Amino acid sequence: MSVAPTLVIANGLLVLPEGTPAKGAVRIENGRIAAVGDSVDTDGARVIDAKGAVVAPGLVDLGVFAIDKPAFHFGGITRAALMPDQGPPLDRPSTVRYASRSGKPDLWVHPLGAATRGLEGGELAEIAMMRDAGAKAVATGRRWIADSGTMLRLLRYCAMLDLVVVSHAEDQALVGNAVATAGEMATRLGLPSAPAEAEALAIARDVALAEMSGARLHLRQVTTAAGLALVRAAKTRGVAVTAGVSPAHFMLSDIAVADFRTFARLSPPLRSEADRQAVRAALADGTIDVVTSGHDPRGPEDKRLPFADAEPGMAGAETLLPLTLSLVRDEVIDLGRAFRLLATNPAALLGVDAGALRAGAEADVAVIDPERPWIVDSNKMAAAAGNTPFDRQPVQGRVLALFKGGMPVGSHSLGA
Amino acid sequence: MTSAELSQTGRYPAGSLAFPHRGLLGLAGLAPHELLFLLDEAEQWVELNRQPQKRADRLAGLTIINAFFENSTRTLLSFEIAGKRLGADVVNMAVAQSSVKKGETLIDTAMTLNAMRADAIVIRHGSSGAVRLIADKVDCPVLNAGDGQHEHPTQGLLDALTIRQALFDKRKGEFNGLIVTICGDILHSRVARSNIHCLTTLGAEVRVCAPPALMPAGIEQMKVTPYHDFDKALAGADVVMMLRLQQERMEGQFIPSPREYRHLYGLTLHRLALAKPDALVMHPGPMNRGVEIDSNVADLAGRSMITRQVEMGVAMRMACLEVLTRKARGVEGWA
Repeated sequence: MSVAPTLVIANGLLVLPEGTPAKGAVRIENGRIAAVGDSVDTDGARVIDAKGAVVAPGLVDLGVFAIDKPAFHFGGITRAALMPDQGPPLDRPSTVRYASRSGKPDLWVHPLGAATRGLEGGELAEIAMMRDAGAKAVATGRRWIADSGTMLRLLRYCAMLDLVVVSHAEDQALVGNAVATAGEMATRLGLPSAPAEAEALAIARDVALAEMSGARLHLRQVTTAAGLALVRAAKTRGVAVTAGVSPAHFMLSDIAVADFRTFARLSPPLRSEADRQAVRAALADGTIDVVTSGHDPRGPEDKRLPFADAEPGMAGAETLLPLTLSLVRDEVIDLGRAFRLLATNPAALLGVDAGALRAGAEADVAVIDPERPWIVDSNKMAAAAGNTPFDRQPVQGRVLALFKGGMPVGSHSLGA
Repeated sequence: MTSAELSQTGRYPAGSLAFPHRGLLGLAGLAPHELLFLLDEAEQWVELNRQPQKRADRLAGLTIINAFFENSTRTLLSFEIAGKRLGADVVNMAVAQSSVKKGETLIDTAMTLNAMRADAIVIRHGSSGAVRLIADKVDCPVLNAGDGQHEHPTQGLLDALTIRQALFDKRKGEFNGLIVTICGDILHSRVARSNIHCLTTLGAEVRVCAPPALMPAGIEQMKVTPYHDFDKALAGADVVMMLRLQQERMEGQFIPSPREYRHLYGLTLHRLALAKPDALVMHPGPMNRGVEIDSNVADLAGRSMITRQVEMGVAMRMACLEVLTRKARGVEGWA
């Protein structure tokens, strides 16, 4: 294995853990960040001129469904927390250990252990053993745990183990076989649908149980005004709850499923325009802590089907960064907060020493041109499949260079 | 003026501009003149179908495939008769839903049908949007014979044709101001959706009536007025359209019992009296007699249009097949 070179990324706009981005340089030695600031020693280092580009922590993607290295590297992602919904599910130490090693050295995978055996919502999995095998949190998978008794025992156990519980907030009984949010669009298309309130119902219970147990609860995707209001109120009370969302839910409403476009079949489903606006407001006011790609590449065998028969999910790794940067251009959030949502907060939730340009930390660094325009093309994606609802959409923001542990990764224009 | 003469009045553009669509996947988004064009075209086939000699040869030499991925007797038969009366070679392909549910097979089936060079394909499928998916993969015109809970366009058209004919003496083909009450399982009904699109586009006032569990969210956005109280929905109606309870599509309990459903939503003679004195009674069939509609209402001479709907169905489907194959047949103004 080659030794990480000594590098200085100079002349950058540094996105720092605190405060506003500032001009400066980052020095990398032995795979770690040696120094950050406006005057950095360049002795014995290869100097990479960032030419004023943004220098930020590598993205930490909390909640992906597949390990898809080319897509992650394209998108500036250096660490990905893998959902337990794999075949077989990540519900035992051996599969967790295997997953945790599956991306090294150029991508670190942080497995989320299955909360229950087979993700069936019944018996608890061997959570402590999975933790010691590398699980950084536990997750309920694509489904909510319907049994409140099981959920309470899970939360209490994870509180003891100091592991975050990542929950999927949709009341299963209300959702049934629904594939869309109840409303005009689902009615016009004749799609099985469930009321958006299914999310708030699930969140209300999960938050109440988290409050009782003192556990840390992360709601992987909160997509409705009612759900976000519950999270906001819980945070005000001091409950250890955090919330995530994927760009689809702040970029698109359920109008995108018109013409039965299965690339827009997501879980949770796309919501109303009012809910989309609520998500943007919650990104602005701090209610939402994490933006995740939910990366789930799906080929035609899963997507070229009647809408209700298609699998949910989108290939999101490549568009995660540019779509989040669109929030900066729209002045919903500032650049510093964009990277707290994409890197700092998810790293803190997972308890990994990453997600910030800080001396001593692992040198996971992205050099980004936040303005560079490009057009999403589902036929030419780095991902294993091109199932994106953003096909043909012009976006801005592109990774120029990416370093994992000080080593250049991916095929980028700068720094390799 | 008869309804047949209406078609001579030039209320739609010439040639293929009268119906510039490759297939018929739904009635949503069609312009009023496009709907009227199809209704007018059907009139000649109503006439023909009432003759002893019912054969036309306009589609002679053409192959029509009826691909039904969902069980159907009536609609399949109606399309088969329509195609045969126009002289086409009609092939029926009944595919058990279960064996084709998995996706690639559906696309593969579409490609297979396409390779057989059908001149029109009529498709019924249990999943909303499935017919469109197939239509995108084939070169010939596709007719939607019902997809999931989405649309059943020929049913919407034949119902409009039935209404127009039955009320012609009074309304001269005018739909403006007509009050149509559609009652039943709106949530699961593709018939309701196609009827709503057709009738509202033509200017009728549509009321939909169902218990909350069978009323889809946001239905009022489709330019209809929702009711839970059947008696109120019936008041002053010109047409009462009853829908079948689709218990096979219901996951979980939507109504306490058929008996209780009848108590609130069954069309009895007593209830029918709340509508206009000569209001028409319609039902797309098959009926659950004694549940959503009483026998003495279903069989009400002069007012029950239920068998007339079946008759109009054949003519309407003949019109759709004939119009959609004009391009392929090189009809002047359409090729």
